[in-house]
Amino acid sequence: MREKRKESLLGPYRVLDLTDEKGLLCGKILGDLGADVIKVEKPGGDAARNIGPFYKDIPHPEKSLYWFAFNLNKRSITLNIEAGDGRDIFRRLVRSADILLESFPPGYLDTLGLGYEGLKQINPKIILTSITPFGQTGPYAHYEGSDIVGWATSGMMHLCGNPDRPPVQITAQQAYCHTSAHAAVGTMIALHHREVSGEGQHVDVSIQESTLPCIMHAAEVWDMMGFNIPRLGDIFPSSRAGLPPLFMRVHWPCKDGQVTWLFGGAAVAGAVASTKALVEMANRYGMAMELKDYDWTTFDASTLPQEEYDRIAAIFTQFLETRTKAELYKEAVEKGIFLSPLNTAKEVSENDQLAARGFWEKVEHPELGDAITYPGAFVKLSQAPWKVWRRPPRIGEHNEEIYVKELGLSREKVLLLKQAGVI
Amino acid sequence: MKRKHALDGVKIVDFGWIGVGPMTARELAWHGATVVRVETHRRPDPLRMGAPFREGKPGIDRSAFFTLANPNKYGISLDIAMPKGKEIAQRLIQWADIVAEGYVPGVMDKLGLDYESVRKIKPDIIYLSTSQQGQTGPHAQFQGVGLQTTSLAGFTHLTGWPDRGTGGVWGAYTDFIAPWYIIVCLLGALLYRKRTGKGLHLDNSQFEAAVTFLAPAILDYNVNRRVWNRRGNQHPYAAPHGAFPCRGADRWCAIAVFGDEKWRAFCDVIGNPEWTRDPRFATISGRKENEEELNRLVGEWTADFAAEEVVAMMQTAGISAGVVNKPSELFEDPQLKHRQHFQFMEHPVIGRHAYHAPAYRLSATPFEARMAAPCLGQHNEYVFKKILGMTDDEIANLLAERVITTDADLPEVGVVL
Repeated sequence: MREKRKESLLGPYRVLDLTDEKGLLCGKILGDLGADVIKVEKPGGDAARNIGPFYKDIPHPEKSLYWFAFNLNKRSITLNIEAGDGRDIFRRLVRSADILLESFPPGYLDTLGLGYEGLKQINPKIILTSITPFGQTGPYAHYEGSDIVGWATSGMMHLCGNPDRPPVQITAQQAYCHTSAHAAVGTMIALHHREVSGEGQHVDVSIQESTLPCIMHAAEVWDMMGFNIPRLGDIFPSSRAGLPPLFMRVHWPCKDGQVTWLFGGAAVAGAVASTKALVEMANRYGMAMELKDYDWTTFDASTLPQEEYDRIAAIFTQFLETRTKAELYKEAVEKGIFLSPLNTAKEVSENDQLAARGFWEKVEHPELGDAITYPGAFVKLSQAPWKVWRRPPRIGEHNEEIYVKELGLSREKVLLLKQAGVI
Repeated sequence: MKRKHALDGVKIVDFGWIGVGPMTARELAWHGATVVRVETHRRPDPLRMGAPFREGKPGIDRSAFFTLANPNKYGISLDIAMPKGKEIAQRLIQWADIVAEGYVPGVMDKLGLDYESVRKIKPDIIYLSTSQQGQTGPHAQFQGVGLQTTSLAGFTHLTGWPDRGTGGVWGAYTDFIAPWYIIVCLLGALLYRKRTGKGLHLDNSQFEAAVTFLAPAILDYNVNRRVWNRRGNQHPYAAPHGAFPCRGADRWCAIAVFGDEKWRAFCDVIGNPEWTRDPRFATISGRKENEEELNRLVGEWTADFAAEEVVAMMQTAGISAGVVNKPSELFEDPQLKHRQHFQFMEHPVIGRHAYHAPAYRLSATPFEARMAAPCLGQHNEYVFKKILGMTDDEIANLLAERVITTDADLPEVGVVL
């Protein structure tokens, strides 16, 4: 199997993945690029296998779609690293590993002698990547985290939602995804250093800090202007020099939902053509009204009074409400309008562009007697491409492969350890 | 000799545009890579014309929106659409390990600086193209930015309250997903090139990268035909779970209570008021069924305390909680202070101001704040002389021919972003 992965970016590397839901995606990213990622589950399987949704709504640890989504391209062994024998086996695995991913509370692995200092004794070149809510040290190092707490403490939550309601998160786990992606970056930077210098190291990833980039320039707005951007629902406050911000509508109602569209003029590259094209579309339906009379090539929102903006916006609203998401998006793609529909997962799945680029990956799950369509490559590579190497593993599916064939444990010993709850 | 930074010696030409390309190169620059950001006054990066500016005063070198994406890079002003500019761009590509570009697909082809052209002069180049929807396919020419792609990928629909239209996802959300995937691939590509001698082309669709962050929702639709909708801060199996009002103007704390054991600890923290003994709240299924009322009651309790007080009380009892930080509060956050998240550097025009550190700390090769983001053309002399070995005369000629651009080449436009 290792031979086959020569044509992959990370074929030569082995990753031991001890993470829970905070870091599952990190190992998947490395596995997608060809690394041999071994998910080390506790006997009985990862707790995250109990997170829904489930295949055909059957709640079963081998049917968690949540777990499938973040464990494609991994192998699985079961091991209790707290048991003496488990620790011994784990140490042997560390010798052949390049990277260890974990998301225990800070210090937990040290109590098992498997912290960075302990691992270094076993394998000086090892890279240990630790994912925690706030980092390994500091006043919050031992605070309990969760996806929503990451979203909140990063500053992102304050900026999302309607002004007259509490701040909100996206109705889907996000902070953990950001963290896993940043953990993969930190790991790769450490790996690059190791390949040049031979030196391993400890990568300390914070969920709070991983989610923080999403706030875009909100911290800079405070730093430069002493202004806290508030959450404004479907309005974007466009900052202007020497004038109050222009409150521009971002999400507009249309016939069957909402579309995102920010209109502008000469100051924004491409905006003239975008606005003109939508006005022309409105005009085709006899609904452009006074918008026809604007010269969009010189239209400058940086000096536009709010009342005038609101008047223009009202005409656009009337028109948009008569058109569907699909009609508007088709026009947007053809004419270069800065507009997109608020897609649901169904519409994403049916999107023409994703289909045309072969984004979706049909993965066989023989034990379900079915194939499941997964999101595919995050980057298309002309050589050594992203690939589905294997479907997500069943619980301990590779125990035999790794314990017996690779580590040379006897079947009797495996049987003993199984009964003793070690594997 | 001990290396100082993890990526010392890695060389990047950054033809990026707005967010994703520049942020990708930025991450590598924090860790020692030498990055040359190529810009021109004739078509300035829109971020340079976007607020915030120091004291609200606009200027091509005054935007902290631009500096955010470009610290620790060398900046040159070169018009690569002019034949001589293109020649110099090619010399930079000869020097580089990685080329990064983020224009609408087709722009680099027209300039003759696309992957196929570039690999003829540098066969082992690692060449990144990033765009909203990728280099191929019927929507490749899509004109939107991250704001639109955030809706296209499904995030906007999933944000807000079920009884209303979207509550909106702040900003160009998908711009903050693609870079990390790209960096992993770029660094993987460097290792691959080391093993095989081969370069490669990376075609990143920011839309595609973003969709992977909604994989469970996608699989639920693909398998069960279930469509997810926004539901405020509800969590499938935790309650209470959400943002609760605290003392002060628009101040909130997030609390997440998983399981009955944490629920009992939570009740102890808030002093076991009468309502917590309501049998409807005794089990997780009861709390989920009566979640709206539960949230109201929790909010009545939190409203009497500062957000920091609530968080300290909850965390002492092992309950997941955190302040809903405002941008200003991030600068005072004790944990971010401990990690020195904000890195202050002296910018020639803006003065001393804040930059964001990476999200991880490397024990052996820490990142380093080496220099503020460049003014447009700030490092012309360094790059043209030290990297490309040009003479003073050559540079003077290029300036005279306006191939190297200056303030005189700036377009006249207002400022809106």
